[in-house]
Amino acid sequence: MAFSLAISPHSHSQQTTGRLMRLVLLALLPGLITQWFLFGWGVIFQLLLCGATALATEALVLRLRQRPLTPLFDSSALLTASLLAVALPPLAPWYVAVIGSAFAILVAKQLYGGLGQNPFNPAMVAYVLLLVSFPGDMTGWLPAPGLAEFSVALPDAASAIFTGFTPDGYSVHQLKLAADGTTMATPLDTLKTGLKQGHALADIQAGPTFSHWAGAGWQWINLAYLMGGLFLVATGTIAWQIPVGLLLGLGGAASLAWGLAPDHFALPTLDLFSGATMLGAFFIATDPVTAATTVRGRLIYGLLIGLLVFLIRHFGGYPDGMAFAVLLANIGVPLLDKLTRPKAYGEVR
Amino acid sequence: MNSLLEQIRKGKLWDFHGGIHPEEHKQLSSQTSLLEAGLPPLLVLPLKQHIGSPAELCVQVGDRVLTGQPLTAPSSPMQVPIHASSSGTVVAIEEHTVAHPSGLSEPCILIQTDGQDSWRPRDPWPDYAERGNDELLARIHQAGIAGLGGAGFPTDIKLKGAQAYAQREPLPLLIVNGCECEPYITADDRLMRDEAAAIVEGITLLQQILRPQLTLIAIEDNKPEAIAAIRAQVKNAHTLVKVLPTKYPSGGERQLIEILTGRQVPSGKPPSEMGILVQNVGTLYAIRQAVVEDEPLIRRVVTLTGDRLAQPGNAWVRLGTSVRWLMQRFGLDPEPGQRVIMGGPMMGFTLPHADVPVVKTSNCLLAPSQRSLPSRDEEINCIRCGQCAEACPASLLPQQLYWYSKAGELDTAEQYRLFDCIECGACAWVCPSNIPLVQYYRQAKSQLRNQRQEQAQAERAKQRFADKQQRLEEERLERDRRMQAANEARRAQLKDAGGEDPVAAALARIKAKQAAQAVPTVAEDPIAAAVARAKAKKAAREAEAPEVTPAATADDALANPEASPASEAPAADPRQAAVAAAIARAKAKKAAREADAPEVTPAATTDDAPANPEASPASEAPAADPRQAAVAAAIARAKAKKAAREADAPEVTPAATADDAPANPEASPAAEAPAADPRQAAVTAAIARAKAKKAAREAAADNSAPPVPPSSKESD
Repeated sequence: MAFSLAISPHSHSQQTTGRLMRLVLLALLPGLITQWFLFGWGVIFQLLLCGATALATEALVLRLRQRPLTPLFDSSALLTASLLAVALPPLAPWYVAVIGSAFAILVAKQLYGGLGQNPFNPAMVAYVLLLVSFPGDMTGWLPAPGLAEFSVALPDAASAIFTGFTPDGYSVHQLKLAADGTTMATPLDTLKTGLKQGHALADIQAGPTFSHWAGAGWQWINLAYLMGGLFLVATGTIAWQIPVGLLLGLGGAASLAWGLAPDHFALPTLDLFSGATMLGAFFIATDPVTAATTVRGRLIYGLLIGLLVFLIRHFGGYPDGMAFAVLLANIGVPLLDKLTRPKAYGEVR
Repeated sequence: MNSLLEQIRKGKLWDFHGGIHPEEHKQLSSQTSLLEAGLPPLLVLPLKQHIGSPAELCVQVGDRVLTGQPLTAPSSPMQVPIHASSSGTVVAIEEHTVAHPSGLSEPCILIQTDGQDSWRPRDPWPDYAERGNDELLARIHQAGIAGLGGAGFPTDIKLKGAQAYAQREPLPLLIVNGCECEPYITADDRLMRDEAAAIVEGITLLQQILRPQLTLIAIEDNKPEAIAAIRAQVKNAHTLVKVLPTKYPSGGERQLIEILTGRQVPSGKPPSEMGILVQNVGTLYAIRQAVVEDEPLIRRVVTLTGDRLAQPGNAWVRLGTSVRWLMQRFGLDPEPGQRVIMGGPMMGFTLPHADVPVVKTSNCLLAPSQRSLPSRDEEINCIRCGQCAEACPASLLPQQLYWYSKAGELDTAEQYRLFDCIECGACAWVCPSNIPLVQYYRQAKSQLRNQRQEQAQAERAKQRFADKQQRLEEERLERDRRMQAANEARRAQLKDAGGEDPVAAALARIKAKQAAQAVPTVAEDPIAAAVARAKAKKAAREAEAPEVTPAATADDALANPEASPASEAPAADPRQAAVAAAIARAKAKKAAREADAPEVTPAATTDDAPANPEASPASEAPAADPRQAAVAAAIARAKAKKAAREADAPEVTPAATADDAPANPEASPAAEAPAADPRQAAVTAAIARAKAKKAAREAAADNSAPPVPPSSKESD
């Protein structure tokens, strides 16, 4: 009677990487739907473009590397693509999405050896590449509903993304115009430009881009991502230390600045509920591959990103700084992991 | 410690880091009372069933043995005896597959049972309360008891560790481990339910030996019947039943201590250093049986479970019973690729086949279906999710350990506390990438242990070598001293006898040989050498011209010292050799022409003398290379000639110079020789030197010739 041999433990939680990734994708839905509601079908087109390109690139590289195609089904490429897609302006030209997601998978992920091997967050690497390559396309967001001069329907979005013009002949630039004929920017952008031009903070915030506590429209997107993120924390899919650290770092610095110079710094809620704050805190910084792994390391990692976001937003050259902050913190991860090793059971230090 | 005991009494419980909650599957086997598995026809008893070394055999093939009869006799505490689990005949003592993850074979005693199960005479001690500690501990040792919880550590050693503490100060805690946290296993659960009184008597026994301030019986809350059964038997204010929340691996000794006391056992130290002794309920039952009934450890409760067994349950199994027999008895219905696991699903190991005996540490045999315990999926890349670190009950970083173990950075893995890993498998259980983490750690640990063993061996070998070198050196020095003494004596003897110094001559010969051997590889250009040889020959022939007179050859000798520096060239470069040969030829011709002059007298030979001292310094040059050998040869020759001449001086005649002449034509082929063959040059040189020395010595008698310069001895 010969038996099969196996390695202990013979029991397993039945948790899989693919399931973790799909849970994160699921948690993205509220934010995605909110973005679609606010900015229209462009969001969905970007998602489809990025997803298809990422999967195709992953398949191609796996073939080139003569590896089995099973990693295609772990949904990690799809997650990377989704995170990039929601960070792209809804009417960015199609090649922006294609170049970005191909670069994320090919260079930032597979060139390092594929899943789990990349030191930098692939979606953010791609985002930064696009930001420096297509600055115009990457900074123009559509106005929030009610502020826009033109409404963008599904065929308009498709046509604008693939040809640059709507069927009615409006250019993407025209679509971005607000009702008053000025170019529309995100609340953070408006704030930065306004302050630079010497306007008073109160005047700027009185503009249509702002709600009374954050940016118009953007606060709903951030709330939606917060909701999805809380779901991930509750299910144990992500470690709570990173979002908590990040929000503490950003919120703490913003509060301090607001407390010290209320004439120059807005309420901390503006920082916390504008731009990519919640998306970054719960979905991007928490990418396990590129984040710190120890409990204390994760907390410090989060704090560091929060602090960097604050510095870039208020003292740097970009209106938002999530991508740069995450990439900078990625650099510190090996050191953080090394310095924050917990005390083992019975260890005498 | 007292305030801590107070907190414990009040019911405080602590927790350990991490842990997991796998599906329990305990109902499968816990529903029926303990059964007797029965007597198998053959018992296979491995000599070693514990941590330590096997004891000495004390039976032979063919011996009839009785139930409970010792089969091995221990001669040290780490040796634990084994006993005949039933009466019968020893049919073989041979290697047999044992219960080990690698399926290795170890020496076993095979007993064919007679079915009688007749006992050796027994000496029950119902009066154990009257017995001394030493007596009791000796009995526990003789009964072959080793931790039944799974580790198999000799129980009496553990008890003696705690006893040593108890002799210094009161032992604070005796912990009875009834957690049984692994899924599927219910052996302790069933034992507590069915034999609570005996277990509590075992506890009383240990309390008698160790006098602990407090005794805690720890049981997980998924065993309410066992808790009730034990509670019913405990009638002692110093013994508390502690109900723990179910969590794997709370039954790990160190984790259990942390749950009950909030303190961690220092890494690498036994709990007895903290005044804590932990014993498994099965071990306590075995202790009680050994002391009260004089029943050594010949049987244990084994959980037979898994959904491929027709009648899962718990049974008393005689040690040595084969898994095959048990699987038949409990109705294994194998599926394709059936696994049979000895131990639980977390830490147990699969058996290669059914012919493996149950031993002291076998608490469970699990025959699961693929459906209930699916095979591990293929391992994929780690995504650093860190769930392993959250699950680790030892607060390690399994992901980093995995990384370093896999990369072979074993030292770093050790810095990450690899050896604090208890191999519970919680990390691998949670891993979404299906990485068999524990397996990596086991491999890294054994690699490190091997490395350490090899290092120790290398260290020993190095020490041995150094010792040997020193011994040899001492011997050599001693030998040298003796030889020197003997030499001195002989030299003194020779001096007394006034004879020649053969040692010096021998030394000269040896040195010449060494000089020659030192340059065995001179780049030779055979063509150039041949050309040089031909030219030299031609020069020689010309030197031998018929008009040469004895006087001319004498002048030739004068030319010779000049020529010798040139004769060093051939050795270095055949081309130079040719040039030198040409120069030599020219000089020879010139000398010959000059020799034709009528005013030349034999007195001219005395001109030779001043040239000689110039030549001798050159002979100081080390004969390391052929060039120098050639120089030395030439110088030696010159010296020899001069010495010869001087020695002959009183009766110098043309004839004497004529004798010298034949040496001259020889000299030129010799000068070319170094180029062709350095060894030959060296030999020639040696011969010349020897001749020179001899001549010098002879001349020294007259005090008229310079002796061999002492410096040449050094340089040689």
